[in-house]
Amino acid sequence: MFDNLTEKIGKTIRNLRGVGKLSEENMGEALKEVRTALLSADVHFKVAKQFVEQVKETCIGQEVLSSVTPGQQVVKIINDELVKLLGEGTAELSENRPLKIMMIGLHGAGKTTSTAKLSRHLKKRGLTTLVVGCDVYRPAAIDQLETLANQEELLFYADRNSKDVPSIGMKAVRHANEQQASAILFDTAGRLQIDQDLVGELKRLNDTVMPDEILLVTDSALGQEAVNVASHFHEEVGLTGIILTKLDGDARGGAALSMKSITEVPIKFAGTGEKMDDFEVFHPDRMASRILGMGDVVSLVEHAQDKIDQDEAERMAEKMRKADFDLNDFLSQIRQVKKLGPLDKVMGMMPGMTGMEVGDKETRQMAQTEAIILSMTTKERTKPGIINGSRRVRIANGSGTQVSDVNALLKQFNQMKKMMKMMRGGKMKRLQKMMGKKGGGMSGFPGAMPGGF
Amino acid sequence: MFGLIKKFKSGLARTTQSLFGAVGGIFGTNQLDKGSLEALEEALYGADFGVETAEEIMEEIQDSFKQDKRLRGMDAAEIGASVLRRVLEGSEGQLQSKPDGPEVIMLLGVNGSGKTTTTAKLGHRYQGEGRFVLLAACDTFRAAANEQLRLWSDRLSLDLVASKHGADAASVAFDAYQAAESRGRNLLILDTAGRLHNKGHLMAELGKIIRVVAKNDAFAPHHRWLVVDGSIGSNSIEQARSFHKAIHLTGLVITKLDGTSRGGALVGIYRELGIPIYFVGFGEQPDDLQPFTVENYISAVFGLQQKVAE
Repeated sequence: MFDNLTEKIGKTIRNLRGVGKLSEENMGEALKEVRTALLSADVHFKVAKQFVEQVKETCIGQEVLSSVTPGQQVVKIINDELVKLLGEGTAELSENRPLKIMMIGLHGAGKTTSTAKLSRHLKKRGLTTLVVGCDVYRPAAIDQLETLANQEELLFYADRNSKDVPSIGMKAVRHANEQQASAILFDTAGRLQIDQDLVGELKRLNDTVMPDEILLVTDSALGQEAVNVASHFHEEVGLTGIILTKLDGDARGGAALSMKSITEVPIKFAGTGEKMDDFEVFHPDRMASRILGMGDVVSLVEHAQDKIDQDEAERMAEKMRKADFDLNDFLSQIRQVKKLGPLDKVMGMMPGMTGMEVGDKETRQMAQTEAIILSMTTKERTKPGIINGSRRVRIANGSGTQVSDVNALLKQFNQMKKMMKMMRGGKMKRLQKMMGKKGGGMSGFPGAMPGGF
Repeated sequence: MFGLIKKFKSGLARTTQSLFGAVGGIFGTNQLDKGSLEALEEALYGADFGVETAEEIMEEIQDSFKQDKRLRGMDAAEIGASVLRRVLEGSEGQLQSKPDGPEVIMLLGVNGSGKTTTTAKLGHRYQGEGRFVLLAACDTFRAAANEQLRLWSDRLSLDLVASKHGADAASVAFDAYQAAESRGRNLLILDTAGRLHNKGHLMAELGKIIRVVAKNDAFAPHHRWLVVDGSIGSNSIEQARSFHKAIHLTGLVITKLDGTSRGGALVGIYRELGIPIYFVGFGEQPDDLQPFTVENYISAVFGLQQKVAE
């Protein structure tokens, strides 16, 4: 896997230091790496080629900066170009009311789920939303939409006796007017972009209800096919936006770049999980680092801000500063991390950690640590110094662990405390040195972060 | 049987046409030049074979081109075919186990890959071959997944065990096995909920279903097939890797090859994991699921129509 583009590119142009300027000759190898990175992220061949050309033009003639490595410099340029390309166009939906949205896409892209998620998103913004079951082919598709509509308390319209989609659409609009709905979402059947009959049906629905938005719902893991899908649908019905689904998977999502650059249709939303509120406005910057395989730091930070209790975090920071940190604090820290969600999800968002194995073992370990601390008395938690041999045996028995586990935990805790003392003593340099030497663990992260961002 | 082969051909014909028709018949009788070599490279990447295989084919073609400038498009196709033939050797899946009780096939995969539809099609196919089939709706998570399979089984006269939305998937599977035994069914197909391969807790749930089913027969489920959407790119290898690691896959089904996608990811998956491919899906009709054969696939990809058996 292509985990760290910065590093790879860095290797190819390490000898650039002191060269002065980036040129076609000294960039050659690096640009090849960029192309391979894009191709293995499923960016379309033509798009990758075009993009590399563009990057080359931007790079050539630039002074090699002394503050960053040439690798970082090039990656920064690539990243900026990517963000620009992915983010062009507006992500806002039309202001028309009632806002009519037609959801289209291939089979299994996630249209019905996205319809419900988008409706929920609009409802939260004060719109009265009606969803319309226009998938008259897939067995139980309408039932699926109805279930979701009930669950989210949305207005729902379907006509199970009819296969005439345009007429269903028309009746739905009438129904929406009666109900005074301010947004109508048409959930259409999955279809191939080359299926003339079914695409014809879409066109007729389009002509009948005249939607303000036609959103293409696509799996973010789509391969080279993405270009065909998006451009065909765009030619046939004229897309106004794209929704990327299953972004909570680990696909690098090159399809997003392909579709965007070929059709110039803006990417508006992203589906990010199984729950109905796992749906967000598209962030080009995050997608860029994802395509480049550099993790999703911003999402991680936002995610953390969302879930972590701010006061608690400040209290903790203060405690750390004073090195007045006991096992109760350690426990509450573990619980904060747990709130972020499954460890693997958290780690997946960190740069340089994509593809790292964070599985059940680490999660289990965290649960074990929690159990051990919970088996201690209050006094032991505030004054770990008093935990002698017999107390250790009791704690191990109480938490269903071995004495060696308890020892390991206490040792880890003492090390943490020592570090905090050093920080307090203003001996940051010494601390950094120590962390640098140790490598691994959390201390590895800053090193993996691309500079200059 | 004749009808089926014809179907396979027509499904694949569409794929072939759009694959190399689009770049002006580069695999034809014309001699190659720099321009057509590039178009060829684009077509190879466009097939989602993955960077490794695409590069390998390209290198072999370039080598031959260096030796003989008169190389024609169809010679290049032969080279590509021989690389794929080498990579895909042994990839055709065959059902072999003969358990005492019902034989259990478990279908799994990420959301929207086509598991429920494949469950129905497989049931239809095996029932047509004289097996006594029972389907089990173990996707108790997605809204109306039960109903979807129920409608399919009504339509195709297949026997079905289903529970309520939100029920425990493992217990549905357990009950289904017992039902299969008592109803004298010898093939049980489990449809499971879609799950992204990077979600530990959902993968663990699969393990639970397997453990519970194995209480009836230690070797069940005898087949664990990953259903992969043929239009997905390199991530399908990641998917296969994760599922394989979690529960040891025994086979693959590649769906949605009726579009213009070539399902090239199956090459990447087989190349890395060696999991045999059992079926490919071409469309929404019950018969649109066909056994995978290397020759048919390669013929379709490279337009070697004459190789398809009549």
